[in-house]
Amino acid sequence: MEDASTATALWWAVVASGVYHGINPGMGWPLAVSAALMERGAGALYKALLALAAGHLLAMAMVLFPFSVMVTLVEWQRELRIGAAVLVIGLGVYLLINRRHPRFLARVPPSRLMLWSFLAAMAHGAGLMLVPIYLGLCDAAAQEAGHVAAARLMGSDALRAGLVALAHTLAMAASGGAIAVGVYYWLGLAFLKKSWFNLDVVWALSLIVVGAVALFASH
Amino acid sequence: MNLRPDPTFHATPKLAMEAPAETLAFTLMLSPDGSRPDGLAVVDVDPTSKTYGQIVHQVIMPNTGDEFHHFGWNACSSSLSPLSGHAFLERRYLIIPGIRSSRIYIIDVKEPLKAKIHKIIEPEEVFAKTGYSRPHTIHCGPEGIYVSTLGGGGPDGTDGPPGIFIMDCETFEILGRYEMDRGAQDKQYDFWWNLPRNYMVSSEWGLPPQYENGIVPEDLLSNKYGHSIHFWDLRARKNVQTIDLGENHQMALEIRPAHDPAKEYGFCGVVVDTTNLEGSIWTWWRKEDGTFEAKKTVTIPPQPAAADDLPELLKGFEAVPPLVTDIDLSLDDRFLYVACWGTGEMHQYDVSDPMAPKLAGKVELGGIVKGTKHPNGKAFGYGPQMVEISRDGKRVYWTNSLYSTWDDQFYPGERGAAMVKADVGADGGLTLDKDFWVEFPEGYRAHQIRLEGGDCSTDSFCYPSV
Repeated sequence: MEDASTATALWWAVVASGVYHGINPGMGWPLAVSAALMERGAGALYKALLALAAGHLLAMAMVLFPFSVMVTLVEWQRELRIGAAVLVIGLGVYLLINRRHPRFLARVPPSRLMLWSFLAAMAHGAGLMLVPIYLGLCDAAAQEAGHVAAARLMGSDALRAGLVALAHTLAMAASGGAIAVGVYYWLGLAFLKKSWFNLDVVWALSLIVVGAVALFASH
Repeated sequence: MNLRPDPTFHATPKLAMEAPAETLAFTLMLSPDGSRPDGLAVVDVDPTSKTYGQIVHQVIMPNTGDEFHHFGWNACSSSLSPLSGHAFLERRYLIIPGIRSSRIYIIDVKEPLKAKIHKIIEPEEVFAKTGYSRPHTIHCGPEGIYVSTLGGGGPDGTDGPPGIFIMDCETFEILGRYEMDRGAQDKQYDFWWNLPRNYMVSSEWGLPPQYENGIVPEDLLSNKYGHSIHFWDLRARKNVQTIDLGENHQMALEIRPAHDPAKEYGFCGVVVDTTNLEGSIWTWWRKEDGTFEAKKTVTIPPQPAAADDLPELLKGFEAVPPLVTDIDLSLDDRFLYVACWGTGEMHQYDVSDPMAPKLAGKVELGGIVKGTKHPNGKAFGYGPQMVEISRDGKRVYWTNSLYSTWDDQFYPGERGAAMVKADVGADGGLTLDKDFWVEFPEGYRAHQIRLEGGDCSTDSFCYPSV
């Protein structure tokens, strides 16, 4: 039973991280507002959201799928989890020290929102943040299956990776979309400045915390 | 780095208009003969202050011969861009290039009354990293601070075309040239853009030998100054279209796009038409298919004058050209201010219909022939030149010097620096403020003005006004 509740908690973590990414202006909700205002119609807002979500989903999937393959190497499970945790912590520390913005993002034209969203998520390690959670889910599933981990199929881990990416992205699009819609219809652009906090440090610390939790949990 | 966006960044031009009014202005002072170092004057423009209209602080540079001209901020409202947002930069530094020396000063104005030099970029570094010289217009954009230059390499700046280079917006390190494909562009002056629509527009003055030692009459009469404007795919760094305004339209200078990025048009001022001495304003716009077009929408005729009243350069023409040397657009995209430096007039056009500007107000001050005095009785040397509008559009400030050597040709003899202010009527109209007159230190002339917290020729907005 404990494993089931762990799994539930981890799924909530997947959703929570999605909400967290969604409300961060750096992941693109202001672009949806801007698109609607520039095109003079709410249709452009949803189209932009869709493009942003697609790019984000792609970035999540691209990071998670390699891990879904590696997770089948059962005898290396512990090493894999530690390695992933260290990687996430490492990125957090790097972002904490190097506070510069990735300049290549500025070369992406405004018409390529999906590409922009994909690159923004990659550059900020949004996908990596999910890796420890995903590995935890795989582990919980294996425990539930009564330690018949050897029978684990690559397919179910890949499916789980897809589901994690999808659930995360849905939460991200829903929360970012809610803010974009709110700003477009009611709050106005003055809200942009009011709601934009410098999350650079918090973001980097989030990566470190997620990594650290995973590191301790793997003992 | 701030934890919240700088309070002077605004998502839309409309929000910027609603922000608190400016209390300080920054004005560049230049020593016309290079005998003393140039400087930055901090001017009190708060009408409730005891030192209203006075210089309350000066930053004097450690070198001579820089010739200050245009300048800009390290960060503006473009930092709120949804694509390349950098919302937590501070609007804190003024980037001041020496147009003659190619030296660039970074001035920290966080505490304006204690403004001080933060960094100096020596000319050699500009030459080595860009192959350009004579830096001019500053704008903050997607990849950092963009700086236009008027000269290429070599001692006289004609080794290769001039262009734009990019500087890091935090370290002020020069990153390198902007252009990947410059197309037909071989001269440079001003530039500006529409960030969400991803295009840039640039203009042409002339190459350094055509202006540094004064205007070259033969070059002007044979139409050798710039007369084209260039349109760029901003992020691809590629010139996508060049529009030749016609070779008689000499010196296409200031580029003023509509501030509201939903609008796809803007203006450009042309100094003089060599066939009839007219000054003109051109409206350019982007068409449905993404290409651009430009049309002359305002002409300002020359005024007849006796040869005896004219400087050597103009005697043969028996007329004084208006010389449209600066234009500026209010944040609501409603009024375009046009400096007629030759005739001594500041025009205000209602450009609500950008294709049909209407003269809404006019102030006469200075001028080659008229020499109109300020309402306070003082002589205004030269003519109205660099003009800057308050964010709310209610106040217009201007100075009087064009460029050291050109000042001397059109207005022989030293005429001193001046900075004045005019008030804008609720529905247009322009009236000089009798009580606003800035006294500058002896031996200096005044050029571009920047207003605390941004003004109408610095900030690029990323969201439409709604």
